[in-house]
Amino acid sequence: MQPQFLLSLLDGVLGTIVLSVLTFICGGLAGFVVALARISPLRSVSFAAIAYIQVFQGIPLLVQMGLAYFGPILLGFESVPPLAAAALAMSVFASAYLGQIWYGCLISVAKPQWEAAECLGLTRWQRMTRVVLPQAMRIATPPTVGFLVIIVKNTSVSSLVVGYQELTYNAKVINNATFEPFLYFGLAGIFYFLICYPLSVQSRALERKFNVGTR
Amino acid sequence: MAYEFDFQSVLAYAPMFLQGAWTTLILTFWATLAGFVLGTLCAVARTGGPRWLRLLVGGYVEVIRNTPLLIQAYFLIFGLASIGARMPIMLGVVIAMVVNIGSYTTEVMRAGIESIKRGQIEAAECLGLSRAQIFLHVVLRPAMERVYPSLVSLYVLLMLGSSVLSAVGVEELFGVSNRVQSVTYRNFEVFIVLGVIYLAMTLVLRGVFWALGQLIFPRRRRLGTAL
Repeated sequence: MQPQFLLSLLDGVLGTIVLSVLTFICGGLAGFVVALARISPLRSVSFAAIAYIQVFQGIPLLVQMGLAYFGPILLGFESVPPLAAAALAMSVFASAYLGQIWYGCLISVAKPQWEAAECLGLTRWQRMTRVVLPQAMRIATPPTVGFLVIIVKNTSVSSLVVGYQELTYNAKVINNATFEPFLYFGLAGIFYFLICYPLSVQSRALERKFNVGTR
Repeated sequence: MAYEFDFQSVLAYAPMFLQGAWTTLILTFWATLAGFVLGTLCAVARTGGPRWLRLLVGGYVEVIRNTPLLIQAYFLIFGLASIGARMPIMLGVVIAMVVNIGSYTTEVMRAGIESIKRGQIEAAECLGLSRAQIFLHVVLRPAMERVYPSLVSLYVLLMLGSSVLSAVGVEELFGVSNRVQSVTYRNFEVFIVLGVIYLAMTLVLRGVFWALGQLIFPRRRRLGTAL
């Protein structure tokens, strides 16, 4: 194996990590808004959140990639950088799932906690930031870390439509030149595993830690 | 400049889209069936098998769950081709999907099996049920009923995820759409049509699984409550 191939794979790892981090930041912010909209007392707002979640969980990430790549051109952009299109599609995808996960965490904070906060005369903002969110965040940490694994794995499709260069793409290019699929896809798989496995372990450990009370 | 949508030229290829959607459903059907069997066997091995088997299954589950489907498909399909194994592309794709979904099914079914209370099994033993009867009626079926919603989500996600397998050259819905794009140059319209078809397939699949659940879990049908 030539060293430049290994370097190219490592370069792909970097691309994968950059896209994953961008997705988590943007998708997380959007997902938080979706989760808040989902618990809104206004029927129209919560219904919009439900529709958003159902639609974007119901179409494949690849199709969202296509829409994010070709959509902005219709709005008058000359062209879209692959990273921007991939990050946009992945953020929408992640926000639909994170919104759903976090919605579950918000409503699993015991109802009396919400009511007690109301009785104490806290404003909605205070109730959310001082009472509900601190408790919901504890519940939300394990599934959120688990979802990071899904984000990292899903970056692998971002070369197919928009042509973003990440680990899978680089492995494919090297394989096209060397015809050693077991070696290079195996190496790429190992790199993915090295990123994802610690996250999976961490997610399970957190879950055990927070479930002490119900063990 | 306002963009003029042109769905006419895309919808002219409706038969191709339908053909592709059908292929996607066929792939999903076989992968779900075989993946469920594989996952259930692995879950049983992981909960009650000998130590070496538990470790083996644990390794399989961890490796597959922490790597992307696309890499698994490339590894399997291009890898097997490189050592001279010839097979139809549909078979290769189904194998990759089964290996993938089997690991997720293992984890879900394991959670179900572990949720069965020890007392249930002891009660069944006292009633004189054979080991096979206990396993089928007291452990497996209630376990499956309990995790059925998670299983359904897994298999719907598998159907959506199969779109990436167009990258190894199978002509399922997404693969077909690539051809339509290169003929019509109407990329955005093609993706909108794709989104609508996939969304419809998601709803149909959920409906089918709901009906199937009513059929195989009589308790749920009669009482209408979760186990």
